[in-house]
Amino acid sequence: MEPSLGSYLALSGILFTIGAVGVIYKRNAIGMFMCIELMLNAVNLTFVAFSRYYGDVTGQLFVFMVMSVAAAEAAVGLGIIIAFFRNRVSVDVDDASILKN
Amino acid sequence: MATTALFFLFAGLAIACAISTVYHKNPLYSAVSLIGVFVSLSCIYITLAAPFIAAVQVLVYAGAIMVLVVFVIMLLNLDDDKPLQRLNYLYAVGAGLGLILLVQTFFIFYAVVKAPNKPQEESGVGKTLSIGSAMYTEYLLPVEIVGVLLLMAIIGGVILARRLSQPELELVVDNELEKRHENDQDDFRIAM
Repeated sequence: MEPSLGSYLALSGILFTIGAVGVIYKRNAIGMFMCIELMLNAVNLTFVAFSRYYGDVTGQLFVFMVMSVAAAEAAVGLGIIIAFFRNRVSVDVDDASILKN
Repeated sequence: MATTALFFLFAGLAIACAISTVYHKNPLYSAVSLIGVFVSLSCIYITLAAPFIAAVQVLVYAGAIMVLVVFVIMLLNLDDDKPLQRLNYLYAVGAGLGLILLVQTFFIFYAVVKAPNKPQEESGVGKTLSIGSAMYTEYLLPVEIVGVLLLMAIIGGVILARRLSQPELELVVDNELEKRHENDQDDFRIAM
């Protein structure tokens, strides 16, 4: 007996919600970045679960694509964080308010 | 039976590590908890008969991306996350929004209840062979596009993280000084 599709989807929904709440709660840019990675992983889980239950390889292929995009996002995002830190000596998103006035 | 037990074990571990990622103020503790989430998700992929994705999950996420994140945390020598000083009620608003999102997600999953509820028989899906042959025949164009995206990310990362040359740096400093000077004059006018 294997767990039903619903339990995989429920786990994915819970992880996605935790990630989304984390993006709202975190104040530093790196914490927000990590929560975004968590949300991407939750979506990957739904891809793999549907791939298993439909017997179709496309879902797993797109997980691979999502991982590549996440790696690209990591490179650019951390570059932005370092550039921001160099200007402001902080990674707090509240300090990124130069466009406000 | 064993699959179900393993699924619930690693699902609980993943949720606990995810909550710990959000809860901890120290970014390094968050990063280590996130590695726990990635590893438990990798084990769940194995219960879903997707060994290739499980291996790539550990290599790319727990290996490459988290090493990059931990490296940046160490490089910037970050201290603890400061709590929100003003607008404290926003925490409650965030929890409410999260709850709404959770309900919406479950509603979507309820709506797709037509999906088959029995896994397909072993058919080689998820093995490296099936993924590789699909990747280089049917889905060749997306793979090429992802390759171009990765190249752009490399160039973008280098440009963003590079040190400014001396003339550029002087330009930035001059602009900043000029702006501060204007601000001082404004303050002076207001004081008058």
